Formats: sequence, structure tokens, C-alpha cells
Amino acid sequence: MTQPNAFSQQPDAEGRFGQFGGRYVAETLMPNILALEEAYEHYKNDPDFIAEFEEFSRDFVGRPSPLYFAERLTEEFGGAKIWFKRDELNHTGAHKINNCLGQVLLAKRMGKTRIIAETGAGQHGVATATVAARFGLPCEVFMGATDVKRQKPNVFRMNLLGAKIHSVTSGRGTLKDAMNEALRDWVTYPDETFYVIGTVAGPHPYPAMVRDFQSVIGREAREQMLERIGRLPDAAVACIGGGSNAMGLFHPFLEDEDVRLIGVEAAGKGLDTPDHAASLNGGRPGILHGNKTYLLQDEDGQITEGHSISAGLDYPGIGPEHAFLHDVGRAEYRSATDAEALEMFQLCSKKEGIIPALEPAHALARVRDLAKELGKDGVILMNMCGRGDKDVFSVAEALGVEL
Amino acid sequence: MTRLAPTFAALKSDNRAGFVAYVMAGDPDADTTLKMMQGLADKGADVLELGVPFTDPMADGPTIQRAAIRALEGGTTLKGVLALVKRFRETHMDTPVVLMGYANPFFAYGFEDFARDAAAAGADGVICVDIPPEEDTELRSALEGQGLSFVRLAAPTTDDKRLPQVVAHTSGFVYYVSTTGVTGAGSGATGDIEAAVARVRAASGLPVAVGFGVKTPERATEIGKVADAVVVGSAIVDALATDGVDQALHLAGSLADAAHSAR
Ligand SMILES: Cc1ncc(COP(=O)(O)O)c(C=O)c1O
Repeated sequence: MTQPNAFSQQPDAEGRFGQFGGRYVAETLMPNILALEEAYEHYKNDPDFIAEFEEFSRDFVGRPSPLYFAERLTEEFGGAKIWFKRDELNHTGAHKINNCLGQVLLAKRMGKTRIIAETGAGQHGVATATVAARFGLPCEVFMGATDVKRQKPNVFRMNLLGAKIHSVTSGRGTLKDAMNEALRDWVTYPDETFYVIGTVAGPHPYPAMVRDFQSVIGREAREQMLERIGRLPDAAVACIGGGSNAMGLFHPFLEDEDVRLIGVEAAGKGLDTPDHAASLNGGRPGILHGNKTYLLQDEDGQITEGHSISAGLDYPGIGPEHAFLHDVGRAEYRSATDAEALEMFQLCSKKEGIIPALEPAHALARVRDLAKELGKDGVILMNMCGRGDKDVFSVAEALGVEL
Repeated sequence: MTRLAPTFAALKSDNRAGFVAYVMAGDPDADTTLKMMQGLADKGADVLELGVPFTDPMADGPTIQRAAIRALEGGTTLKGVLALVKRFRETHMDTPVVLMGYANPFFAYGFEDFARDAAAAGADGVICVDIPPEEDTELRSALEGQGLSFVRLAAPTTDDKRLPQVVAHTSGFVYYVSTTGVTGAGSGATGDIEAAVARVRAASGLPVAVGFGVKTPERATEIGKVADAVVVGSAIVDALATDGVDQALHLAGSLADAAHSAR
């Protein structure tokens, strides 16, 4: 087998990306996981399923999203040409809905009658509630109590969409606790429930399935680049929480070995402090939420809390495929601090007329360095994976502005 | 061979259901746990399950979640848990101790090192909630290498096709989870449990302990009629947290009596 295939043909039959991934779940869930895998393997090649996914991607989500030349930021950074893949223009304002659409369509075909999801900032919760509403399925969203307080507008949105919110008080009441609680709910109601996981994590087949649904980002972008400038970018850049928008962007480029793939983790207050969420740059391999991957943890294997100004990035793990790409060196993983993200949030708003979400603002901080590194002949593709409307309150607070 | 086989053999020859008691290591401190372990054994617990605390116990209900948090806040580490087993062995040579926890603390310790140190401390087996047969090669071979039992969970969702795989490399006993759900929730219907126990026993050739949701002596009696052993966790943990060691041991005593006299 040639090297390129080795990158793009993951995972193996056991759901492994190299040593990462797998299916580390309680026995009660194992039969469910296996049934999900079987259903997904079947429907991912089913023409009717694909046609329905494409129809709703077009008419409901608004795909394809445009490819946009960020001329003024290119000028500002003074180096490589910068292009944005505009997934922030999707319905509900982020890439999350690509995956929710795929999973809810699958749930329907599997005859599941109840949708559950975890959410941190509320973006995945809103996207899941949106798709569940469209298909008339009851939806329950698990959200940490701390996040419920921090993200009131999204809680209200989910309520409007008919979803029931469970405020999770276990642990520290953040994203990982919400995921634990969703898993507990799934263990309790395994037959009727479909658990829509929001990123490329969890037990197999989730990391591969979520990646496949998100790969529409990279497939479109690759085609659009060839169409617009007749070449592929020198680098594709995306921010990383669990890693779904990055994996969706990267995957169609895995075999294009001249295209550098760069993921940007949240460095919070700095990698030399405990307050960051950089699992690859500041964690080590472990087992959590159904898969083996890099995790933020202490010496005794207890999971530590991630921190980022961006609620969408403070997950203490990362999808196992990123752990694999990191270890084999096919992708590079850098990080950006809260302060850098805040700076880019404002700069992008002023220069491009696009208020980015805080998550892609992290990616933009490393695009700035990379633009200089690559020089004027270079081309950078960045996934603008979300818009910043959801962040205006927290950014105002961070800047000391009272609304 | 571990202490599990002779323990279950003796129960069988007496035609008695066994009593398996769970306590969280380090909740709220090591000395309390040691007192609980000694007291549980003295009150008639046939097997002790010693919980290894983890920050993200995805199969546990609120009672055991909170116990884990208390244990971790008290500074409990896996090394500390093994030290507890060792101290327990100074007074109790015969009661089997099974460590029950989640994969990551064992993985972080190193499966081989963990198996070696657990065996040296005097543990008899390990239950790892989130390592299904599909993922068990490394941990299982480490435990087998040290002569420790790898006790498996079987669930109501484990169908006949899957059951042989689940029990294939189990030793000691099989832990049947009486209901879909987390620890501390309600338990399944007795008739269903009886059928499941027979199924699991036939597939494994091992004794079957039934747990999840058993809280009262009455329920322990019902389960004791159909299972080889009754497991109680949350009720004991809860009693310890709200009423202290004496009350928790009093409850454990009545649960042990109920299980032992069920038939
Ligand atoms: C806009 C946006 N980007 C990124 C993320 C992080 O997720 P992932 O790394 O899976 O793309 C989130 C999560 O909420 C998000 O809302």
C-alpha cells in the first residue's frame, strides 16, 4: 500500500486510526454501537440516503458554501493569499449542522424515535435541535449547568426549536460532563435513542461517520480552489475543539501531500499555564468517551478541565484521527491563545466585514504567521467554520464593554 | 488461582446466594474505607468490590459519581487504592477483593504495572466498565499474566449472539447488570433476571452476580433466589455518606443476611 492511501483509508475494521480510536464503552452500549456501525456502513453507500443528504444540504443548510478571497487580510498580513471557506454562512451559523443533518437522517432510517445530543457552547445543540425539529423527532440536549448560565441565548433558541434542555450539574457542569450525562441517558434508553455526537470523537463509528458528513467542506473547497485559481492551496488551516471542522476540511486533502494541514488548538491563557484546551500540544494518550486519544489529564489518569475563551474549544480531548495524523506527521498542530483570538476576532470584523466565531479566530492567528512564512506566492485555505453572533456578549465582556 | 473460585464454590456447596458489597476507595478518606472493608467482610460480605475513583464515570449514577468526587478531592490515587488493599490483607486473608473502575486510570498507571502491583497488594480481580471484549487484549493479558480474574459485565442488551464473546475470557464470576441504566437506578423485573442469569450461567459456566439497583434486603432476597450472588453498591455508599460507617455496616449486615437466607 502506498503512503497516501495509508492516510486516507483510516480507520481499520475495529475503528482504529493507528493506535487511536476504538470502542471503549460499557457493555450495555456495545450492541447499539455495533448496530449503528452496520446501519452507517449500509446507508453511506445508499443512493437514496446520499440524495436526501444532498438535497437538504442544499435547500436547508445552504450548501455549497462560497469560497472567498480575503483580500484585505491578505494585504494586512503581507504574505500568502488567504481564502476562506465560508461555512459560517450555513443555516444556524456553523459547520455543525452538516453532521447533525447526516446523523438525524440516519436515525430516521434506523427507526429511532428520540434524539439526544451534548453541547458546550450550544452550537451543536442548536444545530441538532434544528434538524430534529425539521424531521419531527423529539430532541433532548444535555448541557453543563455552567454553560447553561453562560450561553442563555442558545438555550432559548433550543427551547424555541422544541428541544428539552437538561442542565447537567455533575462534575464541573461543562462539556465533558454533558457528554457523560448523554452517555448515561443512552445507556438507560438504548433501544429508542439515537445519540448525535457533535464532533469526531466518541466510540467507533462516530469519528469516521462525523468526519464523512463534514468532509463536504473539504470536497467543495478542493474543487472550488481548482476552479478559481487552478491549483491547490499550500496549506489548509482550521481550529480544533474536538476536531470535526478540521477533519472535514483535511480529509479530502490527505492524499495531496503538498498541501500542509494545520490544526489550531486553544492555548487559553498559555500552554505553560493549566488553563488551556490543547490536547495534542499539552496532553497525552488516554481513554475517554469511547476512544483512545490525546487527553488533558493528570498523572493519575484523571481528566482535567479544558479552558478557552471559546466555549466550543474547551473539550479535554481531540478526535482520534487527529491524534493519528499528529503522530505520523501528516498534519501539524499549533495553538492560539485567548488574547490572540480576541485580536483576530476584531481584526477580521474590521478588515473583511465578517465577524468570525471565536473558534476560527484562533485559526486566523496562525494564518497570520503562515502567510509570512509562505510569502506572496503562497496560498492558504482557512475554514471559517462559524460566525461570531453567538460570541458578541463574551467578547464584549472580555473587552470590558457593557452591553 | 484467586480467592474468587473457592468463595463461590463454598457458596454453591452450601446452596447459598453470595453477597457482593461495593465501596468507593477513599470516600471520604482511606481510613474510613479500610474500616468499611473490614466491617463489610465481618458482616458477611463474600466478595468486596473496591471502586477506583474516576473523574468521568459514565456508567454511574449520582451516588457513586459524588463518592468518586469526594475520593478524588481527598487525594485518592490508584497507588493509594492498592495500598488500601494491602492494609486490608493484614487482617483479612480470605475475602476476595475486586477492583472496579474505568480504563484511563489503569491505562495511565500502565496495564502491566497495574496488574503486577494489584496482584502484589492482594487483589483478586478487576472489573473495567469501559473495556468491552473488542478492546480487552492488553489489559486482559496483563491481568492473566498475574493470575488475576478479569470479571466482565453482561447486560440486558447483550444478545445470545454476542454473549459467548463477552464471557469468553472471564474468570471468577460474571457480573450481570440487571437493567439498562446507570448504577443506583431501578433494577429489572425478577422474571427477566432469572432468565438472563440462566443464559449467562450456561454460556460462561461461571457463577453470576446480579447488581445495579438493589437497595433493600427484600430486593436482595428476591435476587438471591435466582442469582449466585447479589451486588449492592449505591445503597451502601449512600448510607455511608449520610449516616456514617456504623449505619452503612448495619445495612450491609441485613443485606448479607437477606442474600444468604434467600433460598
Ligand atoms: C464555530 C465552531 N467552530 C469549532 C467548534 C469546535 O468543534 P470542532 O473542533 O469539532 O469543529 C465549535 C464547537 O462548538 C464551533 O461552534
